[in-house]
Amino acid sequence: MEHGSFTDNSAATFSLTEEDHTLANALRFTLNQDPRVTFCGYSIPHPSDARVNIRVQTTGDPAREVLKDACQDLMLMCKHVRSTFDKAVEDFKASNAVKAMNIGSQDSDSEDSE
Amino acid sequence: MAGKEEGRGEEKNKFSIWDLPDVPMGQLPPHLELQRSRVLCNKDAPIHTESVQYSGAYASMGLDNSLRLDHFCHNFRVEVVRLTDEDMEFDMIGIDAAIANAFRRILIAELPTMAIEKVLIANNTSIIQDEVLAHRLGLIPISVDPRLFEYMTENDQPNEKNTIVFKLHVQCKRGSPRFTVKSDDLKWLPNGSELVKESRNATSDSSSKPETYTSFSCSQDTLSEFAKNPIAPRHPDIIIAKLGPGQEIELEVHAVKGMGKTHAKWSPVATAWYRMLPEVVLLEEVEDDLAEELKSKCPVNVFDIEDLGKGRKRATVARPRACTLCRECIRGDEWEKRVAIRRVRDHFIFTIESTGALPPEVLFTEAVKILEDKCERVITELS
Repeated sequence: MEHGSFTDNSAATFSLTEEDHTLANALRFTLNQDPRVTFCGYSIPHPSDARVNIRVQTTGDPAREVLKDACQDLMLMCKHVRSTFDKAVEDFKASNAVKAMNIGSQDSDSEDSE
Repeated sequence: MAGKEEGRGEEKNKFSIWDLPDVPMGQLPPHLELQRSRVLCNKDAPIHTESVQYSGAYASMGLDNSLRLDHFCHNFRVEVVRLTDEDMEFDMIGIDAAIANAFRRILIAELPTMAIEKVLIANNTSIIQDEVLAHRLGLIPISVDPRLFEYMTENDQPNEKNTIVFKLHVQCKRGSPRFTVKSDDLKWLPNGSELVKESRNATSDSSSKPETYTSFSCSQDTLSEFAKNPIAPRHPDIIIAKLGPGQEIELEVHAVKGMGKTHAKWSPVATAWYRMLPEVVLLEEVEDDLAEELKSKCPVNVFDIEDLGKGRKRATVARPRACTLCRECIRGDEWEKRVAIRRVRDHFIFTIESTGALPPEVLFTEAVKILEDKCERVITELS
């Protein structure tokens, strides 16, 4: 839900339901990093309601587009994190398997009486 | 005054301040770089804890602080330190605290798991009260992949896609010693509930099967995942209750899917936490007696002694990663100007301890997927 002015769409407050600090802080970080943003912040009006207000003020671009771009950036970052993490876990498992095989073959070599 | 300066500028053929040789272009001077990338942990309190996120923060220095996605993708690294079935420790380098915290929050509260929710008690003559027994049963971790099940809403009937049924029937015979009820006494019922519901109409329907509390259309052990690994609690030796002679417990439990947000029994991690990489720096040479003193002060042996020859010794930082930030090394007179403790702001040491339903690397991948889904939901709401 967007609360803004009809004439000036470069500043608006977006009220998201069923959200909390998890998404709002991450979004605020990506919004801040966008050079088109002059001001951004979030607040939680009451801790018992699952509602977050995100305020975005830009240098002329519509606030809605800037927020959408920030969400897209966050999604791309998450995808990259996931792929890097999966690769790192695979590499770790592979290197551990190699180590286990090396230790195993060392033991078997010493046992063989050739 | 202004006129005179303009005149002078025109005479000198105006030049840009960036052309001067000693002005750093696109790079911060070292003291600002320290402020931007490190948290300084002083004796009384840490400073520079807020990360400088604003894109235009260093605009006057010519440094673009904005997030360039390619810059992030290029610099981001993950290094796994330890990985077992139950826990893992890995380093994330190049990410900000806001996102690392989002992952931590999702791991604890928004990853679904299966846990016991409904307890149908037929007989409980033990000294453990019904509600205490039900509470304890709810906290038992069940080793089953929650992705194979669906959520059960209020209007749904419990069926084989959203419920797991266990049975517990134990008694301690008269004359036998005290009996401990352990979690492996919970038997899985793949065919659904066996407790019969009392039906109101005297003229029951023609089907010979009586109505039970669940309506399973097929047996759960026909599914390939469960045929070989029967569903059971993760640890068989969790003590549920203790029975004296003559006491009996007979009950049936239904386990459903839920999130840690609703109740902590549905949290898939024992806990998940992160800390920033500690950096211990010796600001001046610490030699001889002072070096020995410094080494003995640290409870986790961060410092080591290096021989310089001729009987002289010097202290070096050997294991900064082990530093627990106890600040013992800067306590006392004048130690603060010899040792500086800092934290690297974008290097996080993540530890995830799983309760056993899913292995920790799968948990982290699912948490990242959930953050992506949240973003997607916001985008669709905005469009």
